Amino acid sequence: MDSRLQYPFNPHELLRKKKAIRRALLDQGEFEEKRIAILGGSTSAEIRDMLELFLLNVGIRPVFYESEYNRFYEDAVFDNPQLDQFAPEIVYIHTTTVNIRHSPSLSATPQEADEALQQEFGRFRSVWEQLSAKYSCSIIQNNFEPPHCRILGNLDCYDHRGLTRFISELNRLFSEAASNSKNLYINDINYLSAWFGLERWYDKQFWYSYKYAMNCEAIPLLAHSVAAIVRALYGKSGKCLVLDLDNTLWGGVIGDEGLGGIRIGSESAEAEAYSGFQQYVKGLNERGILLAVSSKNETDAAKEGFSHQDSILSLTDFSSFRANWEPKSENVREIAKELNIGIDSLVFVDDNPVERELVRSQEPEVTVPEMGDNIAGYINLLDKGLYFETVSLSGDDLQRGSFYASSRALASEEKKFATYDDFLSSLHMTAEIRPFSPDYLDRITQLVNKTNQFNLTTRRYSIAEIAAISLDSNYITLYGRLRDKFGDHGLISVIIGRQDKDRLHIETWLMSCRVLKRSMETAMFDALSRSARMKGINSLLGYYIPTPKNGMVCNHYRNMGFESVENSEDGATFWQFDLNDALKNSIFFIEVES
Amino acid sequence: MISEEMILDKFTQILRDVLDNDTVEVSRETTAADYPDWDSLAHINIIVAIENQFGIKFNLTEMKGFHTVGDMLDRIKSKIRS
Repeated sequence: MDSRLQYPFNPHELLRKKKAIRRALLDQGEFEEKRIAILGGSTSAEIRDMLELFLLNVGIRPVFYESEYNRFYEDAVFDNPQLDQFAPEIVYIHTTTVNIRHSPSLSATPQEADEALQQEFGRFRSVWEQLSAKYSCSIIQNNFEPPHCRILGNLDCYDHRGLTRFISELNRLFSEAASNSKNLYINDINYLSAWFGLERWYDKQFWYSYKYAMNCEAIPLLAHSVAAIVRALYGKSGKCLVLDLDNTLWGGVIGDEGLGGIRIGSESAEAEAYSGFQQYVKGLNERGILLAVSSKNETDAAKEGFSHQDSILSLTDFSSFRANWEPKSENVREIAKELNIGIDSLVFVDDNPVERELVRSQEPEVTVPEMGDNIAGYINLLDKGLYFETVSLSGDDLQRGSFYASSRALASEEKKFATYDDFLSSLHMTAEIRPFSPDYLDRITQLVNKTNQFNLTTRRYSIAEIAAISLDSNYITLYGRLRDKFGDHGLISVIIGRQDKDRLHIETWLMSCRVLKRSMETAMFDALSRSARMKGINSLLGYYIPTPKNGMVCNHYRNMGFESVENSEDGATFWQFDLNDALKNSIFFIEVES
Repeated sequence: MISEEMILDKFTQILRDVLDNDTVEVSRETTAADYPDWDSLAHINIIVAIENQFGIKFNLTEMKGFHTVGDMLDRIKSKIRS
């Protein structure tokens, strides 16, 4: 990771040194390749270059198709063999207010203004529809920034002929379309331009000279935002915020100053700033971001801080709590292990530059924002860093904190039983294992794109592909939901198998690590075998394709009783199970509803 | 007062950064045609980097008159002085 690509970045440095930065990033390691088409309504070459940097920085190597200048509509709507051949996985439509064609004239009636709105919206809707139909791709669409000038002054924002009003209505229609669509995502340049400052955003000289829709200083901000959406689409966003305590979540050092000495609440500007930051962190937690503590403290003192009457965060908000005197680089490794998430999904926040540098150098996969030493800026640095970008918010996200809370209850429960089987029986687990159904397509897509560890093939699918597979009779699809006496774990496992005469190729088998060692994989296998037999299938073919993250399942098929068929040089293994054999490993402790 | 030599040094460094080529040497007679990587996109970044480096802003007419590095140096000099 190159910290120059972390917010707050210096746009001039990025524009000037982009080639050297790119070269250094490419030397750094492995990338997942993605085909991205940029269909622009203005010059997009610099946006392409900046987007490449931000994506390389998060492990994605883009291959680009770029429309010719202002051909976004034609490229999408008409026959386009070049784009067909490119087969984009993502299309980014970089249009801005300069691309609006049908704004109302000053003599327009309210009805005519509304017609113009529908016409303009229809133009974009047909672009999205055509692209979706042809490529089953994800579409990232800019909304519109407020206009450069306002012929009607302040009236422009409420008169039906005002362009300012027209744009905000168009943005509302875009938002509605995206919230009703499975593959349309908005890049909110309405917000970005306001944040950047419209006065600087619009530099008409860039438009007249180069047909740039914005000042080039704003391009890194724009590209960073698009890259965050792409990252979220592939489940590579951060999942857990690791926090220091003293002078990060409260002012002062609790071990020295005691509960009465720390600053949090409303007694002073400093105390209010720490409260504000805790409030923001609480919000992240409520939307599904896990919280962890890594603090140099005695555990009792560290925990006491959360008993402060003005503390907004409470101990139960944290899924992992490490207050000790070990190096923080070890703590972050332990936290990732304890929560069963990749170390690259941690974001480490600490006011101490020495700790930040230690974690950055020892665990380079951990994201370490440069927080500085002013608590007043913390919210902004985390928020604009887009470390936790998400493209949807599922019910599971909102409950995630409680899943982990119940796993901790479980860990203490585990110790009470004579055997592990006794323990599993005591959980009163029930599962729902069924073919994909429309209600779950979002969650299934989210899970297949972000599960890295218990994932045999790490194959990714777009929502459109998942939808198509769910309707295809050549496929056997299964999802699993698991519940136990502590709560509902939600939808946590997916299998996709493709039938080829009497054989079934298991293209995808994955499970969330939070239900590891619950015998859920055996329950899924049992359900798969039953469905396969009903379709006249005699053998199941399993594939294990190794990645840096899925080593935990290298023996999965052996454990399920498959016979090894072939080992290829790149480490992939190929397995077969004869359905005429009895299931060897068929004991599970889950009552299944199908 | 900044000398022509100092401007040329800074200009050379900008060109080296934008083209990612440490062997770049520049004289008043240098033009974009001397470096294949000096394409229209690189040209924009060179202009932007100059403006940022020297704290100046070229207007549309001035930019039209840039044919050689010498043209740019003269304009930078007069802008810094004014």
